[in-house]
Amino acid sequence: MTPVQAIIAKELRSYFVSPVVYAVGFVFLLTVGLLAYLYVVFAGAQAIQLMQVRGSAQINLNDLVFRNLFASTRFILLIILPILTMRLFAEERKLRTFEFLLTSPVGINEIVAGKFMSVFLVFLGLLGLTGLMPLMLALFCDFEWYPVLTGYLGLVLLGALFLSVGVLASALTENQIVAAFVSIGLLLVLWLLAGLGSLLGDTAIGQAVSYLSFMEHYDHLVRGLVDTKDLVYFFSGLALMLFLSHRVVDSARWK
Amino acid sequence: MIEVQQITKRYGQHTALDRVSFSVAKGEVLAFLGPNGAGKTTTMRILTCFMPATEGTARVAGFDCADQPMEVKRRIGYLPETPPVYQELTVTEYLRFVGRLRGLSGKILTSSMQREVERLGLGTVQHRLIGNLSRGYRQRVGLAQALLHDPQILILDEPTVGLDPKQIIEIRELIKNLAGSHSVILSTHILPEATAVCQRVVIISGGRIVAEDTPDQLSARLRQSEKISLTLKSPAADTDSRLKAVQGVQNVFASGASGTFFLECELGRDVREEVARLAVSSGWGLLELKAISMTLEDVFLQLTRHEEGLAPDAEVASAEPAGQPV
Repeated sequence: MTPVQAIIAKELRSYFVSPVVYAVGFVFLLTVGLLAYLYVVFAGAQAIQLMQVRGSAQINLNDLVFRNLFASTRFILLIILPILTMRLFAEERKLRTFEFLLTSPVGINEIVAGKFMSVFLVFLGLLGLTGLMPLMLALFCDFEWYPVLTGYLGLVLLGALFLSVGVLASALTENQIVAAFVSIGLLLVLWLLAGLGSLLGDTAIGQAVSYLSFMEHYDHLVRGLVDTKDLVYFFSGLALMLFLSHRVVDSARWK
Repeated sequence: MIEVQQITKRYGQHTALDRVSFSVAKGEVLAFLGPNGAGKTTTMRILTCFMPATEGTARVAGFDCADQPMEVKRRIGYLPETPPVYQELTVTEYLRFVGRLRGLSGKILTSSMQREVERLGLGTVQHRLIGNLSRGYRQRVGLAQALLHDPQILILDEPTVGLDPKQIIEIRELIKNLAGSHSVILSTHILPEATAVCQRVVIISGGRIVAEDTPDQLSARLRQSEKISLTLKSPAADTDSRLKAVQGVQNVFASGASGTFFLECELGRDVREEVARLAVSSGWGLLELKAISMTLEDVFLQLTRHEEGLAPDAEVASAEPAGQPV
């Protein structure tokens, strides 16, 4: 077992003995499930209306259910993922195990990678459970799978980005609440950059600002568009956040 | 094994360590003594590569702490001031995690874990969550962690804090047994501990080394004169002057009516025999006669007294040369 695997195993163990994962998982699955139910019911109501007017109904579940659901899940992730990441480094510093970790013969990159991977696996597990919903819908109606799968790809990438921002925030402080708040704040700013970008319009600055926000990149994936440009955005954002976390952890030793 | 040369550590304006130099040979146990905030923990953090020194070099097992931290970290077992334990893990889970971080696996990991669990008496608690253990057990888990990979060098920051007297003795025995095969640096507030387990003592105060020697030598060096206490059953009126007349005795202080006298004598001269003969021949009723040696506590207090705002006395001045690197 490599040190990274050891860290992942230990972090997963820590997650599942604490109530945090259960609370976060419960809220996440409940809200996503409730939203899915609502969107399906709305779609059903619309179908009935169409039937009454035209006598026949052909509704697009991809548009009515999945696109709405993916758009809403974005907001749920923004709120709950910082709760998962807040403990990663802040707790180590609070409980004085940080010194132990940094005096172990393990590189800081391995520590950051291990911690990120552990929370990413937790997130993948939670996201995997929501997969029941499209599977169940597929039993009763037809829809296109391709945009649903790219939407899930979008959620995975978006989640990874959010988690890396959370890791950075957690490395910045020894207070978990502050860490959660800082990462929610950073993510909201990233979100709002999209609005600022469209306000600036179709100028070079406007486009650059919009590019920084995850909104349009995620939207492309939800609409079934897999563009290298968007993938580059997510991967470079992730790499940047983890690199900054590395720097912050490294510099925490100097204080 | 450990060589520290002219290390200085500054936090902004504050100088925590000021040109500290010392070395530890293979198999030696060195105690770090000093009041709170003297720089003990800072020194240990530099040696364990947790933080870099502002100036100077530290070498551990031939590797520079700044240039080859991984090599250094691999060879060190470190117990910080607060035992670095994860409360949500059981003792076994924790030790397994520590071992894997240090590259142990398979049978070696299992046998190392078993060895430390036995050595530190953790058998009865090994499947309990560390969060539910008492302070003493956590401290022992912390020690087990430091020893797990059988490092050549052990750095222990106050290893016996929070233990009960029986455990303290056990841990001291353990450290004594490690000496010879391991180099150990330990910091402590408990002075008899330094005397009990260490070959050498470094006294640090205000970021500087103020003395470095064996516990015996330190107290001998700081002694200005031999002191003797004498208790008599029926001292005569002229006891003072007759004692003073003994060759080598410089001063005599009577302590009230209890019949106890304190004699200050020339350094390196034992006048006990003569004093005993005089007391017996004069019929004073000799009850007790003993040499008072300076304990490490006295030495420590003298050396670090200026910390509390008192003027350093002559003894501190005479101890200064000991602060030079050996």
